[in-house]
Amino acid sequence: MSGDVLVVPTGTANMASVVAAFRRLGVNLRQVEDTAEIRDADQLVVPGVGTFGAAMARIDEQGWREALAGRVEAGEPTLAVCVGMQLLAEKSDESTGAAGIGAVRGTIARFPDDVSVPQFGWNQVTPDPGCRFLKPGWAYFANSYRLTSVSDNWARAETDHGGAFVSAMERGNVLACQFHPELSGKWGSDLLGRWIEGTRSAI
Amino acid sequence: MLAPRLIPCLDVKDGRVVKGVRFQNLRDAGDPVTQASIYQDQGADEIVILDVSATPEGKGHAVQTTAAVRQVLSIPLTVGGGVRSADDARVLLEAGADKVATNTAAVERPELLTEIAERFGSQCTVLAVDAAQRPSETWEVVINGGRKRTGIEVQAWVASAAECGAGEVLLTSWDRDGTRSGYDLALIRTVTSAIRIPVIASGGADNAGHLAEGLKSGAAAVLIASILHDGVTTVDSLKRQLLADGLAVRL
Repeated sequence: MSGDVLVVPTGTANMASVVAAFRRLGVNLRQVEDTAEIRDADQLVVPGVGTFGAAMARIDEQGWREALAGRVEAGEPTLAVCVGMQLLAEKSDESTGAAGIGAVRGTIARFPDDVSVPQFGWNQVTPDPGCRFLKPGWAYFANSYRLTSVSDNWARAETDHGGAFVSAMERGNVLACQFHPELSGKWGSDLLGRWIEGTRSAI
Repeated sequence: MLAPRLIPCLDVKDGRVVKGVRFQNLRDAGDPVTQASIYQDQGADEIVILDVSATPEGKGHAVQTTAAVRQVLSIPLTVGGGVRSADDARVLLEAGADKVATNTAAVERPELLTEIAERFGSQCTVLAVDAAQRPSETWEVVINGGRKRTGIEVQAWVASAAECGAGEVLLTSWDRDGTRSGYDLALIRTVTSAIRIPVIASGGADNAGHLAEGLKSGAAAVLIASILHDGVTTVDSLKRQLLADGLAVRL
């Protein structure tokens, strides 16, 4: 068994930043090549930049939907970032008609018009006391859509941009972040470190 | 609430940081990896690297510089200079940039913004504009590093660039660049009232008071270079002064 963390190639534009962030923590990221790897990876990262519909289409083309849904449902070590987090919901206003993985009830809606859209920059993350990985701090965001609520079986963190939204959530060994931990300085790097270490012991 | 951002800018030529006045008289200001790392540790919110190399060999340096800086940088990195196609953008993104800035090439061919935005997203697509004041409160776009005036009105250009897919505007006052006389606040107000995407104010900052003026005039972020490179102040010191002035920066 290799010590690599696997990453789903969702066509994300800033993969180099994600790879570099893990490398600074001494972890090599390797792209998954088939469905079995999605299912069996010890630790899996689902990055995402771009639209909800395009990312789901890519996952469906490869036939990865069930394997992804299965590991999230089972609480196996999975880190979903930005659009990667949104894919866990059922659907999004960004791409009506596209079906998400559906691990979380609720839809993804655009930020209201009275705040800047996209939300570009640093904002404060306030986690529930029940969160194991998430801690309070500043995180870097680049998003136009967000999750406004999650089902009760997820611990969540909130952030304010035109009202509170779900900026991260965790359940078992699954951590999903709307912000970019790989671009959130030392706070983000520490979060990645806690997830890598905390879920490695679960293997 | 989003924090106002402080963004150190490294002008890089042939792999070295340089700084000039009104884009001229460039002098050496250090190694980009070292400088980016220092500013990150001081609390910079992002780093911008603008490659000002004129030669094709220089362009090769930009990709290497991006890759090297990415290894040490855990905050967003914008890279600009010589991006003429979506493929040029791809090379920089793959090397480790999070956003790519275009300037002259977007003026000559605005579809470039759409091509980059459609392929990589608006969050990757930054329009850099160099604005020169005309008599009366209007500004025109200048290109080729300030050497060519276009006659294009800045306000109209940024509005059309936002329509084309630009996700952010890096707005430099050509008249103020490197002069330390403060941002052109009328320019910032004019541009931020024309578009909803964030504007990074650039050109002329000398102290925290100037940064505060820029942010209060509508900029979502401020770009700083000379005062940092010369060791006059630090990002941390500037942020503490802004906080005392009521601006909720990230500390």
